[in-house]
Amino acid sequence: MSELTLTVMRLGFLAVLWLFVIVAVQVIRSDLFGTRVTQRGSRRDAGRPQQTARQQAAPPQQRGQQSGGRQRRNAPTKLVVTEGTLTGTTVALQGQTITLGRAHDSTIVLDDDYASSRHARIYPDRDGQWIVEDLGSTNGTYLDRSRLTTPTPIPLGGPIRIGKTVIELRK
Amino acid sequence: MSSTSNTSTHHTSTIGSIGAPSRRNTELALLVFAVAIPVFAYANVGLAINDQVPPGLLSYGCGLGLLAGVGHLAVRKFAPYADPLLLPLATLLNGLGLVAIWRLDQSKLLQSLPNYVTAAPRQLLYTAMGIGLFIVVLIFLKDHRVLQRYTYISMFCALILLLLPLVPGLGANIYGAKIWIRVPGLGSLQPGEFAKIILAVFFAGYLMVKRDALALASRRFMGLYLPRGRDLGPILVVWGISILILVFETDLGTSLLFFGMFVIMLYVATERTSWIVFGLLMSAAGAVGVASFEPHVQQRVQAWLDPMREYTLSQQGVFGHSEQSMQALWAFGSGGTLGSGLGQGHSELIRFAANSDFILATFGEELGLAGIMAILLLYGLIVERGVRTALAARDPFGKLLAVGLSGAFALQVFVVAGGVMGLIPLTGMTMPFLAYGGSSVIANWALIGILIRISDTARRPAPSPASNPDAEMTQVVRP
Repeated sequence: MSELTLTVMRLGFLAVLWLFVIVAVQVIRSDLFGTRVTQRGSRRDAGRPQQTARQQAAPPQQRGQQSGGRQRRNAPTKLVVTEGTLTGTTVALQGQTITLGRAHDSTIVLDDDYASSRHARIYPDRDGQWIVEDLGSTNGTYLDRSRLTTPTPIPLGGPIRIGKTVIELRK
Repeated sequence: MSSTSNTSTHHTSTIGSIGAPSRRNTELALLVFAVAIPVFAYANVGLAINDQVPPGLLSYGCGLGLLAGVGHLAVRKFAPYADPLLLPLATLLNGLGLVAIWRLDQSKLLQSLPNYVTAAPRQLLYTAMGIGLFIVVLIFLKDHRVLQRYTYISMFCALILLLLPLVPGLGANIYGAKIWIRVPGLGSLQPGEFAKIILAVFFAGYLMVKRDALALASRRFMGLYLPRGRDLGPILVVWGISILILVFETDLGTSLLFFGMFVIMLYVATERTSWIVFGLLMSAAGAVGVASFEPHVQQRVQAWLDPMREYTLSQQGVFGHSEQSMQALWAFGSGGTLGSGLGQGHSELIRFAANSDFILATFGEELGLAGIMAILLLYGLIVERGVRTALAARDPFGKLLAVGLSGAFALQVFVVAGGVMGLIPLTGMTMPFLAYGGSSVIANWALIGILIRISDTARRPAPSPASNPDAEMTQVVRP
């Protein structure tokens, strides 16, 4: 085999190897940037073709139809854990019930000795207003210092405290 | 694919930090790429050594492609939301390893060695077994949280696996390190590779329960949180065990791997930097202490400090010395920036273990610094995806397990690459996926399987309890 062919193959192989690394990093990048589209997408048109945009964009539209637009402006789109071991975790709100507790099948699994296994749940009522309900927990669920006794509507940014974990709803 | 996920998103939630739910087509495209690169390398080696495209190219390429395809289909079926990068990265590394092993099989020098075996077909078999175990993990491990139930059982299993090489008659002393066992009819096995995964399960389960005590009960001193004396218990026990491994199995790598993995997981569980400081101090003290009386460890340290002296002694025929470290360094040096080209180096001069412990030297010589950097980046990407999975996981056990597994993987790469490149003393561990060796390939495929399972659970839109009408009707009775 001629020297030239081998040199071309040698450099070509290195180029291909690096191309794979770059493609892999691009895939990671698209994973990361998908987030931003998700966050902004809720304010734009719901029928956007992007996979990522539609996830968050669809529910507000759905909710808006039910509540006649009243809730649309102030509807929270995500639940954020602001204190505790899961700080920084966000869950997109899409009309589903979110369960909190130490049970392994909870939406948010709390690792906290002061939390009950099925501690509380957060769900939207018919008007799209998000409600927090304590599920008979031992140590109680607090909304802004007051202990919950009945299902209570959650104001935007109102801190919900369960043991050492604090969560809030944000736009 | 997208239409099905479109209809299902109405009643599901996703963790906001992660975008598209399923990236299976991306994975498939990357996988095709990851199989094409080793095939290219294989053709390149054949052209360089024999002046012709190797006759086995088609069967070899199809073999690797088939294995990767089966793995991909299993992921598509059993873990549809898994991370798209883990499988292609592992496949590429495994394929490159196969090419390098086949390339060393062609060397006349290695063929003339007394205990020569044709390694490439065996490695392909091990790869098939590894992907088989990978699929078994995906099928039977529906949810990684199940492993949490076996916290203490896995501790016993791991300890037994670690102690097996010391059982007389079963353990085998291969070139000074006692980390193998001989199973009659099957060949030799490195139980430490499997113990790594099982121990990660134990550490994750244990630390999840105990981390509050380890994190909160501490005093602040000079900017560090000092743990109470009695909280030092677990770290002291793990340290003691890793020192025992170092003394009785005389393998620095295994010892470093287990202790390092525990310290990484302890740090992640408690967020206390002091554990890392303690861990570094303790492992340094332990290594220096053992090296002061254990001759095998001493010799490894001397070979690390002065490889040239070791080489000269070996050339003079003094028993117990090896020219390998120096040969490996020369291999890296002669590779330069762009390497000598696949099949055109002389890494076979390293002789035995050229295709296992020292396989990185072959890449260093034939692909040069540019190639080695790419390969280390591939390892880095696997670790990054593991840590990313840990970040996305919604349960503490899954977080700790993913961090532990990717930390162990990273440590193993560091220990082996550092040993071959002369950064730390050489150990008897193997480069994951690249090196020839059944236990290593099979165990690491299982590790990737568990990571894929955790990432699938983490990225999967959560099944909605609201869709179940019973959940809405349940009322909580209050006094």
